[in-house]
Amino acid sequence: MAEILVYVDHVDGAVRKPTLELLTLARRLGDPVAVALGNGAADTAPVLAEHGAVKVLTADAPEFAEYLVVPKVDALQAAYEAVSAGGSLAAVLVPSSAEAKEIAARLAVRIGSGVITDAVDLEAGAEGPVATQAVFAASFTTKSRVSKGTPVITVKPNSAPVEAAPAAGAVEALSVSFGALATGTKVTSRTPRESTGRPELTEAAIVVSGGRGVNGAENFAVIEALADSLGAAVGASRAAVDAGWYPHANQVGQTGKSVSPQLYIASGISGAIQHRAGMQTSKTIVAINKDAEAPIFELVDYGVVGDLFEVVPQLTDEVKTRKG
Amino acid sequence: MSLRIVVCVKYVPDATGDRHFADDLTVDRDDVDGLLSELDEYAVEQALQIAEEADDAEVTVLTVGPEDAKDALRKALSMGADKAVHVEDDDLHGSDVMGTSLVLAKAIEKTGYDVVIAGMASTDGVMGVLPAILAERLGVPQVTLLSEVKIEGGPNGKVTGRRDGDAASEQLEASLPAVVSVTDQSGEARYPSFKGIMAAKKKPVESLDLSDLDLEAEEVGLEGAWTAVDSATERPARTAGTIVKDEGEGGKQLAEFLASQKFI
Ligand SMILES: Cc1cc2nc3c(=O)[nH]c(=O)nc-3n(C[C@H](O)[C@H](O)[C@H](O)COP(=O)(O)OP(=O)(O)OC[C@H]3O[C@@H](n4cnc5c(N)ncnc54)[C@H](O)[C@@H]3O)c2cc1C
Ligand SMILES: Nc1ncnc2c1ncn2[C@@H]1O[C@H](COP(=O)(O)O)[C@@H](O)[C@H]1O
Repeated sequence: MAEILVYVDHVDGAVRKPTLELLTLARRLGDPVAVALGNGAADTAPVLAEHGAVKVLTADAPEFAEYLVVPKVDALQAAYEAVSAGGSLAAVLVPSSAEAKEIAARLAVRIGSGVITDAVDLEAGAEGPVATQAVFAASFTTKSRVSKGTPVITVKPNSAPVEAAPAAGAVEALSVSFGALATGTKVTSRTPRESTGRPELTEAAIVVSGGRGVNGAENFAVIEALADSLGAAVGASRAAVDAGWYPHANQVGQTGKSVSPQLYIASGISGAIQHRAGMQTSKTIVAINKDAEAPIFELVDYGVVGDLFEVVPQLTDEVKTRKG
Repeated sequence: MSLRIVVCVKYVPDATGDRHFADDLTVDRDDVDGLLSELDEYAVEQALQIAEEADDAEVTVLTVGPEDAKDALRKALSMGADKAVHVEDDDLHGSDVMGTSLVLAKAIEKTGYDVVIAGMASTDGVMGVLPAILAERLGVPQVTLLSEVKIEGGPNGKVTGRRDGDAASEQLEASLPAVVSVTDQSGEARYPSFKGIMAAKKKPVESLDLSDLDLEAEEVGLEGAWTAVDSATERPARTAGTIVKDEGEGGKQLAEFLASQKFI
């Protein structure tokens, strides 16, 4: 059976959910061979094996943390060469994080392959994997293929379910020699993002977002309370972020995160095209807005025309009561 | 020596207009109004600020695109860029990121550069990977997705900046030449002044075609693309949902809906 190289996104050995989703998609195409790099790489093996990795190639070196992107491209290329030497490598799949996309794209140039970014689904086709993408702010759905080289495809979070599918997951050390460009961009300091204790925005099953209608940083407590009652992540529109009410890391939309949760609740957000671009593929959409003409209502499964400061706290109380 | 800054700007269909595909499944750029990608305005802005800080600098804006893409160059020139390069060739139609990046890399080398500045993503393709590919092709450091950028020391100096990632915020440093990309967090772009608009009309716009760049038609365009779009379908409009007016029970009604959908 064909082998599929899967790039593992992890933090110190803790595998992030989109990688497990990627394994589900990879298994549709062949046998997943995972590549984990950096601190804690070997610790990723058990969970990757549980989700279908037949092999886990690992490498750690100070370069991965001390320099931007290129050392990881060198390593992924080494993995590509090792596996394709066997002759049956059918695709390289990479999660659509900002860094991993750059790694994928540079690898593609090096190995003479086409690259597709931000797929939301993948299936096997007669001429290789077929990627589904949502384009133009998700108003169109396209199906594309890589027509040259071994397909390199990046996949967005929430594109497939996480499924248990135990496999061997044998750990093998990958030998990597870094090229001249690997040390080109030095990371001179790194400040980890503080954890809020809430789910990761792009991975959450429910996202509760606030916009300009929230009208102040302190008022975001109302949005956070609803989010916490539902176990949801908190998002914000660019207007709310630009006003300094909420961090940019939580921005949903074209220049923020794109999310595709089971449930998206927009409060005090008008629904501009750039905001839609980041949330339009959510399964169920709910909005609270005092303007009945707000374009967000064109998208909703359920909408309440009203003041968010009345509706949201009432909803939060009701959720808490129902959840007991 | 003058610091040579090349800014990559893309001409894109207006996101607020009715964007769609042409019959050959390429982005329709004829029927839809286009403009300078808003995200590339941030790149132009940072280039101008860097040039203002430097003792001596020259800002060239570069685009690969159809005839109308001149509008994007004019806008960037009216913001304050010094000159423009337009790569235009019928054989470029349908190029994917590999083709476009190849052409841009050749044009950048031909123009001469100490730093290339790009936007974080184009507002039509939204891949966000072209700057990384350019760095790979040019064989220089990649210093991308910066929300803050500084260049010191002229053409032989260095670039530093802050990259706000998912898990951490990183401070980066590389020596020139380098490829930089900036996010929309890097600072508001200036509006062209009346004087700027008038001055832009007299600024030089160099036109290049594939032969000027020693490229063959087969290397670019739809034929030369390394990816193929097989279909594009308009997403069905979401079926109209229920909309209620809050008469005091809106929160409870919403909870009822969420319960019916098994969210609570
Ligand atoms: C290149 C580019 C990229 C962009 N990227 C993004 C992006 O990534 N994400 C993004 O969100 N935007 C983005 N934008 C901005 C976008 O165009 C909109 O300006 C922005 O989404 C508006 O945010 P908003 O809906 O919160 O504010 P507004 O459009 O001002 O809407 C506020 C809404 O709140 C309602 N409201 C006010 N008070 C209350 C109340 N008490 N109760 C209930 N409702 C109330 C109002 O009726 C109104 O509908 C981008 C723009 C550009 C040009
Ligand atoms: N045709 C083009 N001409 C000039 N610059 C481009 C072109 N396409 C993309 N770019 C640059 O590359 C950046 C990222 O584009 P993309 O990877 O396509 O999202 C943009 O913000 C531009 O700076």
